[in-house]
Amino acid sequence: MTETKAGRPARKATCAGAPRAPVAAAIRPVRRADLEPIVALDARVTGLEKRDYWESLYRRYGASARAERQFLVADVGGRVVGFVIGEVRDWEFGAPSCGWVFAIDVHPEARLAGTGTRLLEAICAGFRRAGVSKVRTMLSRDNNLVLSFFRSQGMMTGPFIPLEMDLDTIDGRPDAGTMR
Amino acid sequence: MKLQKNTRLALYSVLEFATDPTRHISAAEIADKYEVSPHHLAKVLSELARAGLVESVRGVGGGYRFAGNARRLTLMDVIEMFEEFATPEEDRREPGERTPVGQALGAVLSEIDEIAKATFRSITLATMLRLLDRQQRGQPLRAKAT
Repeated sequence: MTETKAGRPARKATCAGAPRAPVAAAIRPVRRADLEPIVALDARVTGLEKRDYWESLYRRYGASARAERQFLVADVGGRVVGFVIGEVRDWEFGAPSCGWVFAIDVHPEARLAGTGTRLLEAICAGFRRAGVSKVRTMLSRDNNLVLSFFRSQGMMTGPFIPLEMDLDTIDGRPDAGTMR
Repeated sequence: MKLQKNTRLALYSVLEFATDPTRHISAAEIADKYEVSPHHLAKVLSELARAGLVESVRGVGGGYRFAGNARRLTLMDVIEMFEEFATPEEDRREPGERTPVGQALGAVLSEIDEIAKATFRSITLATMLRLLDRQQRGQPLRAKAT
């Protein structure tokens, strides 16, 4: 349902890397011309270029005038260094309206400058304007980098448990599934 | 999830030290605060010092101080120093584990373990200190259920 972009593995915990000097990113709505750097950023981080996917996201969220849909970018001196996408959804999984963040990423060379925090703050501000008071996301438990980021922002495990199964288990045979 | 005594002591200690990295804290002070034996705690602190997470300071006003990076050090990094996280493949010692029921139960327990490990890996000491701060200011740690 939600997709949060995978990041590189977090650096070894005991490393003493000093935070970089903050570079103030301006957060603004995405523009058509931003798609190219966003596709490139996603391809760099995930190893897969998904141009059609990003085009469809732009049409759905970037070009939408609906306040509950947001596609924001972080701009440093005219260069797109990050993005966040989300929307307000009503009664998703039976829950009252809340904001869902389903993609966030910052260029690897622009990290540790508070850009991810600014992106999240901006989209949360938009969610508040849309009248909701809760934000959720979902991501792979192996994605330690982004998981740690959301934790550092105060997010904690929510009341939902994600479940899945291989589709060959629904043929009625209880032993047909592949337990992982 | 229950952590072993040494693991909890290690977590208490690194969080105490990381709260103010400039402050030297004696083992006795931590032992007193958490009501544990100083002798027991000394062994834990020795492990933490060996891993470079704390350093001992000798002399008057000495003790230990934090030497790690609170924004990078996760709960899992500390826990792994004191707990064995054997994968199901590596740990087949439980009676009945190879039976169909044992294997099904093992799959469920493995799910729980994976979620616990992911949680520990995702929480840095800096995040824990923020949680602690919120708790001390009387703010709820968890979101309201909906």
